[in-house]
Amino acid sequence: MAMLEVQDLHVAFPRGKRDEVEALRGVNLQLEKGERLGVVGESGAGKSMLAFAILNLIAAPGRVSQGRVMFHGQDLLKLSDRKIRGIRGNRISMIFQDPMVTLNPVLTIGTQMIETLKAHRRISDRDARKLCIERLKQVAIPSAESRMDAYPHELSGGLRQRVVIAIALLTDPELIIADEPTTALDVTIQAEIMSLILKLCRENDVALILITHDLGVVAEVTERIMIMYAGLCVEEGPTKQIITAPRHPYTSGLLKALPQNAGRGQRLYQIPGSMPPITALPRGCAYHPRCEFADNGCRTRIPPLQGGVACFNPLKGASS
Amino acid sequence: MHILAFLIRRAAQAMVVMFVISIIGFSIQDNLGDPLRELVGQSVSEAEREALRDELGLNDPFLVQYARFLGNAVQGDLGTSYFFKRPAIEVILDKFPATFELVLGAVFIFVSVSIPAGIYCAIHRDSWLSRIIMTGSIVGISIPVFLTAIFMVWLFGVELGWLPAFGRGDTVTLPWGWDTGFLTWDGISHLILPSITLSSIMLPLFIRLIRAEMLEAMGTDYVRFARAKGLSTWRVRYVHAFRNTLLPVVTVGGLMIGTLIAYTILTETVFQWPGMGFLFLEAVNRVDTPLIIAYIIVVGLIFVVVNTIVDFIYTLINPMVKLPGAKG
Amino acid sequence: MISFSAFVKRFFSDPVAIGAGVVLLVLVLMAVLAPLIAPQNPYDPLQLDIMDSEMPPSWKPGGDDRFLLGTDAQGRGVLSTIMYGTGISLLIGVGAVIVQAVLGITLGLIAGYKGGWIDSFLMRLADIQLSLSTLMMAIIALALFQAAFDANTYADYAIIMLIMVIGIAEWPKFARTVRSSVLGEKKKEYVDAARVIGLPARRIMWGHILPNTLTPVLVISTIQVAEAIMIEASLSFLGLGMPTDRPSLGSLIRSGFEFIFSGSWWITLYPALVLIALVLSLNLLGDWLRDVLNPKLRRGED
Repeated sequence: MAMLEVQDLHVAFPRGKRDEVEALRGVNLQLEKGERLGVVGESGAGKSMLAFAILNLIAAPGRVSQGRVMFHGQDLLKLSDRKIRGIRGNRISMIFQDPMVTLNPVLTIGTQMIETLKAHRRISDRDARKLCIERLKQVAIPSAESRMDAYPHELSGGLRQRVVIAIALLTDPELIIADEPTTALDVTIQAEIMSLILKLCRENDVALILITHDLGVVAEVTERIMIMYAGLCVEEGPTKQIITAPRHPYTSGLLKALPQNAGRGQRLYQIPGSMPPITALPRGCAYHPRCEFADNGCRTRIPPLQGGVACFNPLKGASS
Repeated sequence: MHILAFLIRRAAQAMVVMFVISIIGFSIQDNLGDPLRELVGQSVSEAEREALRDELGLNDPFLVQYARFLGNAVQGDLGTSYFFKRPAIEVILDKFPATFELVLGAVFIFVSVSIPAGIYCAIHRDSWLSRIIMTGSIVGISIPVFLTAIFMVWLFGVELGWLPAFGRGDTVTLPWGWDTGFLTWDGISHLILPSITLSSIMLPLFIRLIRAEMLEAMGTDYVRFARAKGLSTWRVRYVHAFRNTLLPVVTVGGLMIGTLIAYTILTETVFQWPGMGFLFLEAVNRVDTPLIIAYIIVVGLIFVVVNTIVDFIYTLINPMVKLPGAKG
Repeated sequence: MISFSAFVKRFFSDPVAIGAGVVLLVLVLMAVLAPLIAPQNPYDPLQLDIMDSEMPPSWKPGGDDRFLLGTDAQGRGVLSTIMYGTGISLLIGVGAVIVQAVLGITLGLIAGYKGGWIDSFLMRLADIQLSLSTLMMAIIALALFQAAFDANTYADYAIIMLIMVIGIAEWPKFARTVRSSVLGEKKKEYVDAARVIGLPARRIMWGHILPNTLTPVLVISTIQVAEAIMIEASLSFLGLGMPTDRPSLGSLIRSGFEFIFSGSWWITLYPALVLIALVLSLNLLGDWLRDVLNPKLRRGED
């Protein structure tokens, strides 16, 4: 049995008085212990929704309308508030996108670290402080002791994200869900933070779900990739296979759009059109208006995920 | 910013405000008050009056007169009340404890009601109780404070007869000369209706403010992150979200000080509460100029002092303005 | 912004807005038509009879058909004084807001457009004035007027004085709103364009920026009229506003207050209800306007 198994997950938001729209339309996902999975898609594809839904953290008025999130065989969505709190930040941690707004501006770094430990362990203040300083050192924060009494605004963005990573690691979790952990940072720091996350996951044998819009990043960090489009998984498989031989036209478009795949002096490729909002999805495959291979079947029916790809006219992958 | 620098800057600001107030006070005295009216009768001849004017320095140049006014004011001499025949500052300060205790009562009520109510309305925003509170608050904003006061007097004082509606009741004089109503049941029962009335103007405003700020805080990333860390609901709500609503609440609270003082005048009038505001209106009706000036200056001083305290509290609870000097 | 027809449609689909609108319309009509429809003219001493004083409403024992809502201590019909009094309250409220708007819009435009030390000076002044509170400043100003002039002179100028005092004290609210819209509009291209083709600064301000700041101005005007009416009522209640022979709603409540305890509650109750209805309907309409015209202003509240 896989460590984490998401089955047919739907997240819905109310529209008007009675109607609802779905931000996730039935997503499946499997993750083994210590495995690193990249979830890739444009903004609005439902990636972050997936991350929050796993920990049952969808904010009202949104709700998980269907599906299961099995973690070691128990459904996280069915747990009591108390029990799910024992998992959040303890066995499954999160790293948010923008470190400038992830930390509470009126509490010290120390307070925000120690409270996490104390929520999950019986530990004395002194031991907690010691452990926190140790973790801050692990994420390479200079003069860790004095940072404990600093407020977030006294730290740079890169340092703040390191603090967030240190918090995520505090309780030795089995899984970290990182939601675009480098997007809000300076380009020069992005690589540093990414390799820090990778290194720490490897060293501590922590599984990782890395959510990003950047295929280039996941290619370097993860073992498997899941491509999302308009609330659905459209392609899924080992990283190497997807990078070298994508089968869904959307994945192929994303790859072509990467700057490193454009030849010198060539114009950067861009997928025509844009992703439809969840409130105005077309009939059939949500990608068909942008797809050069779309036929009548694509316009009427939603292609099921079969053999790792949800497409009626998949490209010829290397393995098939 | 260093604490000393903060105090010096505040003191400088306070001096500017007090300077403006002293100019106002002096021009009132210069134009409204005729000290001769009080000192001599109608029978005194014009020549004698003129001599007296010279003697009193009333014919001196403006600046000389203002300097004298300021010198006296700094020593606490703001003239003698025409009506009470006592130093105006003394008359005013005698009434200070009454007003102070009224404000204290009102602040106690509105803090202990608006915070729980605001938080409740933010957390259970769609419950029927929240809807009632929110509808009630817009109705409350639309009812002038003197009508609330009259209604209180009529309902609890006259119709039901539960609580006294006039005056301060029994007071106890403390060793340093402060008359307090807090130590007798009679004093406290007299305080109830006026403080509820005075708090009623702040209440709707603060409930709405706290609700709005709390809702905003509950939607922030740091609250989401706190939840993702597995913290208890209590800690997420009160340590993470509520702490952040305090800043705007203190700011608005500071802005409301002037309004609060103004409304003490209305409240004291209806309840015949023997405070400074009631005294001020009487002084206006009697054209008791020294007393009017003394009131304006004392109120200006209170305003400046309270504002400094509020600013100070703000720097204490807002880590963003606590720059070097402490830790960094 | 929404189109006019959509605006009308939203108005008629919102029961609160309709209710507030109807109440306000009735009160305004009642006030404007008072000389035509009021049963008596309370300003005409010849129509008053001291024998009629303190009569209860007509349906109570001892009531008189001539006075539907009873009479006050001077024998004036409460209904008639309310009709005239509402007019005076509205006149002062609207007048004060016009003064506020003219002052506030001008200073707000100057502050927002010029920036620099003029802006900091004006905004600092606005801060201080707001924190001193309008009511406090008005009380002190009117107390001084009253002490300086004799009662007759004071009575003659009371309306003007109230309009000016409330108008001057409340300009910062308009100025801040206008300033922030100007700062927003300033970044837009058409202002640059106007500057490039050489239109003078004043033309740019009045001709281009002003029309774009009208929406927020309209929204706060409504709420400011309610505020001004409340302040006027408070001042009059303290005896610092309208004299009792030309009463506003506030002075009516003041003159009725002392009779509550002798049982003549109607002298206070009816003007008080009208005052609350007037202020509440204006506040509700203001809230509604804000929701419809500028949802951004509600950020965080819903």
